[in-house]
Amino acid sequence: MTATPDQGLPTGLAGAGQPAFLSRFRLRGAVWLAVPAVLVLLVALAYPLAIVVLRSFTDPAPGLDNYVWFFQSAVNRAVLQRTFVVAAWVTVVSLICAYPYAYAMTIVGKNLRLALILCVLVPFWLSGVVRTLAWVILLQDSGVINSFLRGVGLPPVKLIRTLPGVVIGMTQVLLPFMILPIYTVMKGIDTRLLQAARSLGAKPWRAFVQIYMPLSLPGVYAGCIIVFILSLGFYITPALLGGPRSILLSSLVQNQVLSLLNWGRGGAMGVVLLVATFVLLAIAAPLMRQKHSATRREA
Amino acid sequence: MNAPLRSAGAAIEIRKASKRYGAFVALNDIDLSIRPGEFMTLLGPSGSGKTTTLNLIAGFTDISSGTLEIGGKSVTGLPSHKRNIGVVFQHYALFPHMTVGKNVAYPLTLRGINGDDREKRVKRALDMVKMADFAHRYPNELSGGQQQRVALARALVFDPPLLLMDEPLGALDKKLREWLQLEIKRIHRELGTTFVYVTHDQEEALVLSDRIAVFNGGRIEQIGTGRELYDNPATLFVGRFIGESTVLRGAVEVSGDKTVMTIADEKVVAHGRLAGGARPVILLRPERVALKRPGAEPVSGENRLSGTVAEAIYLGSGSKYEVRLKDSTIAIVRSPLGAADFAIGDAVDVAFMPADLTLLPDDASADVTLT
Repeated sequence: MTATPDQGLPTGLAGAGQPAFLSRFRLRGAVWLAVPAVLVLLVALAYPLAIVVLRSFTDPAPGLDNYVWFFQSAVNRAVLQRTFVVAAWVTVVSLICAYPYAYAMTIVGKNLRLALILCVLVPFWLSGVVRTLAWVILLQDSGVINSFLRGVGLPPVKLIRTLPGVVIGMTQVLLPFMILPIYTVMKGIDTRLLQAARSLGAKPWRAFVQIYMPLSLPGVYAGCIIVFILSLGFYITPALLGGPRSILLSSLVQNQVLSLLNWGRGGAMGVVLLVATFVLLAIAAPLMRQKHSATRREA
Repeated sequence: MNAPLRSAGAAIEIRKASKRYGAFVALNDIDLSIRPGEFMTLLGPSGSGKTTTLNLIAGFTDISSGTLEIGGKSVTGLPSHKRNIGVVFQHYALFPHMTVGKNVAYPLTLRGINGDDREKRVKRALDMVKMADFAHRYPNELSGGQQQRVALARALVFDPPLLLMDEPLGALDKKLREWLQLEIKRIHRELGTTFVYVTHDQEEALVLSDRIAVFNGGRIEQIGTGRELYDNPATLFVGRFIGESTVLRGAVEVSGDKTVMTIADEKVVAHGRLAGGARPVILLRPERVALKRPGAEPVSGENRLSGTVAEAIYLGSGSKYEVRLKDSTIAIVRSPLGAADFAIGDAVDVAFMPADLTLLPDDASADVTLT
């Protein structure tokens, strides 16, 4: 970077050090830094997306046929609904697991924190297929869990090819996306506020619920939205762990496009999912808009 | 119901209290009695134990040994939320997700006070700190001084018998600090609450306090009014920490009830002698010392040390000089308006009466950097 001549000057002079044209030039220059990413997005996202949307209205014939087909089919509607229900379950279960985990990460010592962070990151380094196959071994009828249950004399439970099995597998894969945003926000919360709350007469749990939890909400919202949206489009895990009664929309799309070569119908499903996601985001957005900044640290 | 905020202040009695963190002794066997309604300042450099003492009273940490009573009752093991003490922190600690009004209402809600009664008390507390117009703002929309006033209102709204303040003005600029000092003093006078105030700023301590406890290295060196500490410091540390001073060191002879110190080749006579075997030093206050031209008519009994003016500062209300003595000690002298003027390089005599100096035991630990 070039020198910033206003550094270290008394406040009265700061800001006067830079000619206006220079900062304008820098702003224009900065735009170029975004060019590679924008190019990739255009080629790899915008263009294919446009094709998908276009095809959903034109393939095989122009019109709304593909959408009419989608919403007229009871199976399709049921799968769409199931996709959202599963995404909601995965979000809730992830949140329940992630919140205490993220909190633990903020209060433990340095070494334990490192270990906890590693536990979160290791799944990122493993291929999704490998992890899902591991779950197949765990969950199947003759798998580890059922062997254990049988061993202690309990009846076996059906996990593989059921929705709970899918939810368990997806939660495990998506958990880091819940933990990390929550942890990031929690790390910024000034815990001295809890001390202040206690001095004002709040029992420890009350200080936590009334002061700490509201301040951690931005991380919770961010984590929930990421996990929910990723769940809606999840493919490998539900395909491998699920059964015929637990098909999600992504499998249906795959079936239309790759097996039946019906690009129009597949595209229409994708568009429905996309629109539904946007609607959901629009509903959630006001929740996330907050007047204060929770992560602000004073003094 | 609308009586002014007023509470009977609580007394604090700390006896033989120590606080250890592993091998580190943060507080070493202190005794401190604070009277009901008193404004007591805990003064000392950082790491001297003053904040540890405050945390013990607040219940944020436990005492390692000794006793602590608030309002005549032992509070050992009592968690902070049951102590009913107001605390003001240096970092304000306002809840960022609550408005000013909600922040101040919080301790009342915790005590089951709701509705009109709560509104009235919040209003009264905000009026007291002149922040009533800001009830609907969020903390991050306020300046540091405004936030600290809100924090003060929040700590007082539930009428605690005791208010603790931990360097509350430390993050503010000088002008604001001076104004808030007077506000705090006024509020203390109006309420009758016991205030315990932690600071490292001796001027602030002098402005605010009924009494000051001077901390150093986990011990209390002296407790007294500002005047007592300034005029009769018990230790060299206290003498140097409160106000400006010059310390003279030299070979000492004691004869009868006189102590004579030789500095370079000049003698200084002090009345009295130190008990015990400690090496004495002489502490001089800048305004108790006069500058005279060499050879000027000596006043009977006066001590004189010759030197050279190393720095001369005109202050409007008078002048301040730094004089290099023969043994290179720098003596600080404040001359009143109208006294003779001296320039840098002038040869001068530093003159003072034996009654105006203080004889203290030497203490190497007093030579910490003092600001």
